[in-house]
Amino acid sequence: MPDGDKKLDAKARYSAGVLEYKKMGYWEPDYSPKDTDVIALFRITPQDGVDPIEAAAAVAGESSTATWTVVWTDRLTACEKYRAKAYRVDPTPNNPNEYFAYIAYELDLFEPGSIANLTASIIGNVFGFKPLKALRLEDMRLPVAYVKTFQGPATGIVVERERLNCYGRPLLGATVKPKLGLSGRNYGRVVYEALKGGLDFTKDDENINSQPFMHWRDRFLYCMEAVNRASAATGEVKGTYLNVTAGTMEEMYKRAEFAKELGSVIIMIDLVIGYTAIQSMAKWARDNDMILHLHRAGHGTYTRQKTHGVSFRVIAKWMRLAGVDHIHAGTVVGKLEGDPATTKGYYDICREEQNSVSLETGVFFDQDWASLNKVMPVASGGIHAGQMHQLIHYLGEDVVLQFGGGTIGHPQGIAAGATANRVALEAMVYARNAGRDYLAEGPTILAEAAKTCTPLREALDIWKDITFDYASTDAPDFVPTTSVS
Amino acid sequence: MRVTQGTFSFLPDFTDQQIHEQVQYCIDNGWAVSIEYTDDPHPRNTYWEMWGHPMFDNPDAAAVVYELNECRKVYGSYYIRIIAFDSSPGWESIRLSFIVNRPSEEPGFKLSRTEVKGRNIQYSITPYSSDKPQGSRYK
Repeated sequence: MPDGDKKLDAKARYSAGVLEYKKMGYWEPDYSPKDTDVIALFRITPQDGVDPIEAAAAVAGESSTATWTVVWTDRLTACEKYRAKAYRVDPTPNNPNEYFAYIAYELDLFEPGSIANLTASIIGNVFGFKPLKALRLEDMRLPVAYVKTFQGPATGIVVERERLNCYGRPLLGATVKPKLGLSGRNYGRVVYEALKGGLDFTKDDENINSQPFMHWRDRFLYCMEAVNRASAATGEVKGTYLNVTAGTMEEMYKRAEFAKELGSVIIMIDLVIGYTAIQSMAKWARDNDMILHLHRAGHGTYTRQKTHGVSFRVIAKWMRLAGVDHIHAGTVVGKLEGDPATTKGYYDICREEQNSVSLETGVFFDQDWASLNKVMPVASGGIHAGQMHQLIHYLGEDVVLQFGGGTIGHPQGIAAGATANRVALEAMVYARNAGRDYLAEGPTILAEAAKTCTPLREALDIWKDITFDYASTDAPDFVPTTSVS
Repeated sequence: MRVTQGTFSFLPDFTDQQIHEQVQYCIDNGWAVSIEYTDDPHPRNTYWEMWGHPMFDNPDAAAVVYELNECRKVYGSYYIRIIAFDSSPGWESIRLSFIVNRPSEEPGFKLSRTEVKGRNIQYSITPYSSDKPQGSRYK
């Protein structure tokens, strides 16, 4: 280590004035993180001329105990313990101006069971810090001792399936469109047709709350008429995500209670309500046997750009702790951002008991979820029946596939659109289980199924050429290479 | 109507060969396959009657198809489903469940509404067939 990076003795360290962060104890290259430490991995882009190690130490300092100058009151605390420690800085593979900084945080820095407290430290002041051009929180390792202070998903994938009596295939959903403007009565019509035609779920969109064209009670009442009618028509358990997002907690609880009173199996909230509100609703959902759907409204403002913000894999981890049952996590093939490898990383975080380091999918840490329930990922946005083989290949079985336009835009109507999706799905799962190479033979399998299902034939004809093929803004830094041994 | 519970109810009814394929897939995944039957297809009727125990150590789908046909001899006018159970940690539940036998006529479900205050309606779903006693619901 260069002399300039070394820690100082106590007298020099606590003399009044300004010191480099790396000399204040926030850079400890020999530190070996404890099993109970929270670890954060940041992508840092220092300002021109700023030493990356000093930048990493500054991030550690500003996200834990430091301020810009030396304070003697540090010495009234076990400050060595409370200082976050940058212990490793690596260059990124593809950009000489960016570095990966690993920072370890003592568990006692965080209040148990509070995402708000965790994030106030980790993404608090530090993201506006002037010596950095940009900063991105790429991943976190959450120690088991900390994971166990959270409730986790209210219901979880397994119990959700048991409640819905639905196994062995992805669930099917659709968001009611147009997303704004329908009256309660017209809205319920879409719900009824889609559920009767073969979907498991319909969904309010993120911005359907209680507007002049449709107030929330009206929507809930018409939707539950539709859900029960569809259930009686099919013999299946059906649901519609009633969005209870509102301006205050009191109002959200009120709407959630009404959804429960009406017999809904599921309610919905938006990410924009905030971490504490999400945790409160998750607790309510656990207490009331309710599945809790989270729409990730707003996340693109801070997850999409690779140099600055918070990676969605971190948001997914926080939401698993916070306790939601569903989270929108990308489609790979649809209209919204989603590199296949990065998306796989998000899905693994939602669904695995334990994550292993997997740089090619952007997962930087081993993570033990300590028996917290699993989150059902939701794939929504620009997907249709003709992509069924790709969807199952990329996203697996424990996922909600939501075809909004791909249901409601069907030429023969909403129920026909729903039937087309359900038949395509069951045919593809059947073929996979029967041992066929369903990814390669996907179009053939769909064409075969369409022989006995006219709605599917029409769906395949109308959407056959629709793809959304754009470069991803958030691909992994590391690509697997073949090694020669 | 057609009760569309289960993984494959939107596909044409399976032949025994197709059932065999799906069952073998389950067995190869290490899941225990069992057969259940009922004459109460209510969507929340969780506990169908068990045709014997789950076949925990059975390596061959043919044995399941054989048992299914034995079950059909007795309960051919009932709903019969195949269930695959996975005892892995973190799952310990069903992995696949599909209907392999159904009554020749499915009369469907009655939706009853009880109007209560505030325009609220309490719904109740009843299979039309359940007016008759258990055992005499389907021909």
